[in-house]
Amino acid sequence: MKTVIARRLIALIPMLLGITFMATMLMHLAPGDFLDQVRMQRDADPEYIERLEREFGLDNPWYVQYFLWLKNVVPWDLRSDFGYSFHYKVDVWELLGQRLPATILLSVTSLAFAWVIAIPLGVLAAIYKDSIFDRISSILAYAALSIPEFFLALLALFFAARTGLFPLGGFTSTEFEFMSPVRRFFDVAHHLILPTIVVGIGSIASIMRIMRANFIDNIRSEYVTTARAKGVPEGIVMFRHVFRNAINPLITAAGFAFSSIVSGALMVEIVMNYPGIGHMIFHAILQQDQFVVLGALVMSSTMLILGNLLADIALAWNDPRIRYD
Amino acid sequence: MTDENPSAEKTQEPLLAVRDLVIEFRSRGEVNRAVDGISFAVNKGETLAVVGESGSGKSVTAMSLTRLLPEEPVCRVTGAVLFDGKNLVACSNRAIRRYRGREIAYIFQEPATSLNPVFTIGNQLAEAIKLHRPDVKDVRAEIIRALDLVQIRDPEKRFKDYPHQLSGGMQQRVMIAMALVCHPRLLVADEPTTALDVTIQAQIMDLMRDIRRRMSMSIILITHNFGIVSGFADKVIVMFRGKIVEAGPTDTILSNPRHAYTKALIACIPRLGEQQRRLTTIDYAELEKSQST
Repeated sequence: MKTVIARRLIALIPMLLGITFMATMLMHLAPGDFLDQVRMQRDADPEYIERLEREFGLDNPWYVQYFLWLKNVVPWDLRSDFGYSFHYKVDVWELLGQRLPATILLSVTSLAFAWVIAIPLGVLAAIYKDSIFDRISSILAYAALSIPEFFLALLALFFAARTGLFPLGGFTSTEFEFMSPVRRFFDVAHHLILPTIVVGIGSIASIMRIMRANFIDNIRSEYVTTARAKGVPEGIVMFRHVFRNAINPLITAAGFAFSSIVSGALMVEIVMNYPGIGHMIFHAILQQDQFVVLGALVMSSTMLILGNLLADIALAWNDPRIRYD
Repeated sequence: MTDENPSAEKTQEPLLAVRDLVIEFRSRGEVNRAVDGISFAVNKGETLAVVGESGSGKSVTAMSLTRLLPEEPVCRVTGAVLFDGKNLVACSNRAIRRYRGREIAYIFQEPATSLNPVFTIGNQLAEAIKLHRPDVKDVRAEIIRALDLVQIRDPEKRFKDYPHQLSGGMQQRVMIAMALVCHPRLLVADEPTTALDVTIQAQIMDLMRDIRRRMSMSIILITHNFGIVSGFADKVIVMFRGKIVEAGPTDTILSNPRHAYTKALIACIPRLGEQQRRLTTIDYAELEKSQST
């Protein structure tokens, strides 16, 4: 297992090189760069623009720029420099550090929310297959899947505005700095509830359907007959014997879900004004804030690999037949 | 042959008596009668072989004994299954669980899929013990004894293995150990050797013979292979299309089969040293003609 983890982490390096190289190339295929906004000001001093270009290496061809970026990022002297955001005027690393916790928190809570709702529904729909419950839950699941996320987000905002039960966006209240740790916790939780539901609802349908299909497959297995023939009560047959076998594909799916949420929550982050990383990437691309884009890409690709790695470890732990070495 | 089993007494009340058992499956309004009014009995310590081809209703009959078939709208079972005088067809779901595993235990055809892949074999044996013998203090010792009984080497080590780490023969031994761990009075072996290769088949039949001698229980052996019936079963019933076409002591049936289907089945056993160029098959058209006349 240790060698597998090591191998995966080593595989991360060429992948990150490829992704960042492609991203730099694509950004330079688009016309202009960040300094165009400065150039458009008539009274801008050409000398000043030239100085900025030199400072950021923008006077070089794009591939040279890429290698300059790479040289700074790779921690030769034990510290990586991900560059400087033109737009926010701060270090990219610092910027990511501010945004990442909010996104990770949202992805974890929405995933947990989706699982907690979808798994029991899927199991019940499988056990009572073709019953009224099965049909109604299927219809609701597909309905939830069909509603676009931004629309749900708008509905959630409307609800929050009308009832005043929830904050209208953001990650913390304005007076957060003056709160006790316990109040801070509840403040963040309060802000998380609506985004969590909106992001989570979309994945409930697919998780539920996967769970239902797997569960039905496993109910038909012969080990179920063996367990019944032993005299094991029906409830234990379902939740001990069948459940452990049916959950496998969902563990893999969770690994992917963890990574896709970085980009998947973009709409929700924008509509609900949630200060996550998706929001930031979106603006960075629009502004051609290239170092922010590269830094965020490195971050989300790493999350993808780590998410899948965690899922694979969980899978091996759940199913003894799975061995990676 | 039958002298291995001295405890079989014909005079006593049978351990299991099946009367007028009818099993019907329904799908999309169509009723399919899998078993059509069969009756048979198994005495204490006796071994009954149920022989027939695929689809003759023998496995369904075995499953129906402890109601392991799907429930009402899909499958309908009528008639009586009297175990020790109690009708298992009519008793509650709760009551039937006290018979499953504890009084009537099963061995199935495919050991590879009949064991749950995500639990250790020790864990699966422990489940049976904890369910039916809550008074057992040292469950681990009991499991090791059961694995030892089915001649698994190093039971202390194998105990922690998962099913996929064992060979097919070993898996079937584990299934047998699991069936025996609660000392059932009736063992139903549903094609226990069909999925195994021939040398392992012989080992498993030897093991079952050995266990029967030690534990003096009744056995129902379900098979399509007359070859393993001789030397193992006291009585045979032959099933064809949901009905019993012939029943009697093993020796009589093997040496003097009356029914055309039984004759055909016996003719299908390949014999060593016989000058036979092709394997015999059953000609159903011929069979139907002889049945109607």
